[in-house]
Amino acid sequence: MPGLEDLYREIILDHYRNPRNQGELEAPPAHRIEGFNPLCGDEVVVTFTTDGTSITDVKIAGHGCSISQASASMMSAAVLGKSTTEIRKITQTFKAMMSIHEGEMAEESNEKTSLPQPDLSLGDLEALRGVVKFPVRIKCATLPWNALLSGLDEVSQ
Amino acid sequence: MTIPSNIKEQFPLLSRTVHGKPIVYLDSAASSQKPDAVLSAMDTYYKQVNANVHRGAYAIAAEATEQMETARSDIARFINADSANEIIFTKNATEAFNLVARSWGVRNLGEDDAILITDMEHHANIVPWQILAEDRGFEIRWIPLGEDGTLDLTDLDELLKGVKLCSVTAMSNVLGTLNPIRKISDAAHAAGALMLMDGSQYVPHLPTDVADLDVDFMCFTGHKMCGPTGIGVLWARAEILDAMPPFLGGGEMILDVKKSGFVANEIPHKFEAGTPPIAEIIGLGAAVRFLDSLGMKNIREHEISLTEYAFMKLKECHGDDIQIHGPSTIDSRGGVLSIAYKDVHPHDISQVLDQHGICVRAGHHCAKPLMRELGVGATARASLYLYNTESDIDILAEALGEAGELFAF
Ligand SMILES: Cc1ncc(COP(=O)(O)O)c(C=O)c1O
Repeated sequence: MPGLEDLYREIILDHYRNPRNQGELEAPPAHRIEGFNPLCGDEVVVTFTTDGTSITDVKIAGHGCSISQASASMMSAAVLGKSTTEIRKITQTFKAMMSIHEGEMAEESNEKTSLPQPDLSLGDLEALRGVVKFPVRIKCATLPWNALLSGLDEVSQ
Repeated sequence: MTIPSNIKEQFPLLSRTVHGKPIVYLDSAASSQKPDAVLSAMDTYYKQVNANVHRGAYAIAAEATEQMETARSDIARFINADSANEIIFTKNATEAFNLVARSWGVRNLGEDDAILITDMEHHANIVPWQILAEDRGFEIRWIPLGEDGTLDLTDLDELLKGVKLCSVTAMSNVLGTLNPIRKISDAAHAAGALMLMDGSQYVPHLPTDVADLDVDFMCFTGHKMCGPTGIGVLWARAEILDAMPPFLGGGEMILDVKKSGFVANEIPHKFEAGTPPIAEIIGLGAAVRFLDSLGMKNIREHEISLTEYAFMKLKECHGDDIQIHGPSTIDSRGGVLSIAYKDVHPHDISQVLDQHGICVRAGHHCAKPLMRELGVGATARASLYLYNTESDIDILAEALGEAGELFAF
């Protein structure tokens, strides 16, 4: 039986208590995406700016549970300054980690590149691995990532 | 008389464990557990009686029909309806609302009309009207929230002007508020409107008398009142049902069908197209007999005293760290406790409680307009029923403390 300590790792609680990159950038020029979890009412607002290749600034707002908030905070730290290609890779790897059935995520994200990158290190994000053992919470963890992904899709169109 | 202290023994599920702990079931507002009486009625039906109803002339078909119609009569008596023919079986309360909207609503609501609902309705009493309003262009008005989780009825007469239907929940599934249905229905009738009561949270917990409440329609749902899922009820006064067009078309609901058209059956069959959920109807009949045998007054008294205890215990353990949404006077509420605890998110609260075998619901409870009015995204909701005990509350109060420690800033 998975215990609470599998879910609420110290790093997660730290990001929840001290969220990084909090706030909203003025949009425009920033891109602004809202994500909702209709099940629990969680809401995340991701705003970011790009210079065409990389994310130059990112901020997170909204309200939600420890998992969605920590995931958003970690995401902001992980993607800041990275190129959009790199970010898509991280997102893909993260979502693969979050999917109970492998391969599902390849269908979900509209990615051409299929398999996750097993060699890509997720750093702090690894702490969210335990979420998979609590299936109802997976959507909390992926909420900010899906918002960011749809933001990136908007930019590249 | 009181509720027997060993009543849990009649609910098989309540003897199981969760994560190695005895289950503490505090989510009856979402769905209640089922007593042996209901389970065995359904089991016996399938093992000994199973046949389609209202058709065969053979013995078991007649028995099945008889059992189903006995359930209808018992349910009619349970809510003090004039006649069993006023009991229309649906899939759940949600389908009952959609039936009223699609049948009565399509006939009676047009561009210059309005209906009146409230800020504390379940989506089941909101969205069917919104779907219909997109087609028919009538106005949907809302009775606002007032003090202490009650409705603000100050402008009720003004709001009712031009309204054809007033539809209000008798008890909020988020706040536990018991709304003054008789007062609202009197005002609605004076304004020439019909009154629909959402009894989903009321009928399972309080003695219900539709004549006394003076409502015209009532929707409720079997699985919240010790009955099975898949069965709900629309009750309405016979003359209203008689004037309504059919909802779903098919077998059972017709007297005659020709290539040129059909003749609808009498009520209740007019609204029960196709083979009904026979076992579920029989199960719901067993549920109301079970509730009757305990006595709805006793159930209400049990829940009042348990709610009082919960307020006392939670305050004693957590003081100002805990806030319970909705009325603070026990007489004007049911045993639905939507809790805000420190700054811990409801999702995290319910996750921690789950480790102790405690089942509470976190979320918006299908009442998003209300959540917006309250200014919260979600609440953690513990809801009580006849089988809950003070010990359940003690376990809840203690486990909440752990959630506080884990997430305290
Ligand atoms: C007040 C209220 N109305 C309607 C419903 C809908 O019940 P059902 O989902 O069984 O149709 C519920 C149950 O969630 C409720 O609490």
